[in-house]
Amino acid sequence: MKILYQILSGFAGGILGGMGMGGGTILIPILVIFLLVKQKMAQGINLISFLPMSIISIIIHLKNKMIEYKFIWIVIVSGALFSLLGSFLIRYFKNNNLKLYFGIFLILIAIYEIIIFILDIKSKKNNNK
Amino acid sequence: MTRKKVFYLILVGIFVGFINGFFGGGGGMICVPAIEKILKIDNKKAHATTIAIILPLSLVSSIFYICSYSLDYMLLLYTSIGVIIGGIVGSILLKKLNNKVIRIIFILILIASGVKMIIG
Repeated sequence: MKILYQILSGFAGGILGGMGMGGGTILIPILVIFLLVKQKMAQGINLISFLPMSIISIIIHLKNKMIEYKFIWIVIVSGALFSLLGSFLIRYFKNNNLKLYFGIFLILIAIYEIIIFILDIKSKKNNNK
Repeated sequence: MTRKKVFYLILVGIFVGFINGFFGGGGGMICVPAIEKILKIDNKKAHATTIAIILPLSLVSSIFYICSYSLDYMLLLYTSIGVIIGGIVGSILLKKLNNKVIRIIFILILIASGVKMIIG
């Protein structure tokens, strides 16, 4: 049974990820809230479990030539450095506090998405005039 | 490629990378709109390019997490299986479902999860 829940959690995250909406943003909450996984463990699980799917996606996108190569390496290099930094810093935070910050982060993303959504509707209305 | 663009791209890398490492995810949500604007590409290309960016970042963080914490590898295995299946289903559904409805549901899930995690 537990195995089924674990697979289902991944499934939920994967569906959203497959739709391009950031699967990690619900996989981590599902693991932490329902499967009672510790925050840092959930984060690590999320990072690793999306790797295979990402590789598959990239192969498909490469075939369809959907990836913009120019200067992508600038983002990757600075990103990798700060990704390392971010991963390192969580040592200084307790799981419960990190969970709180993650919750705030989710709310911020939600607010951002709402704004984008409204702006989108507005620009479509203007285009129809 | 102007200096301004390079500067912004570095900034995006810093931001997205840090979030990827610190929160173990969520960087993509910032990366997509950011590179859409900076590189002036359409949404689909931005999504594809974002995955190409996030992959190495996640690889780096993953290695760090594996070395720092003892992970539950069975949990990882089953979750990964779920993610792959879900990913395939998700990309098929993407073409069929109403984008607006999905967006709204997603926002609601974000808020509900966020609140639950804050309250504890």
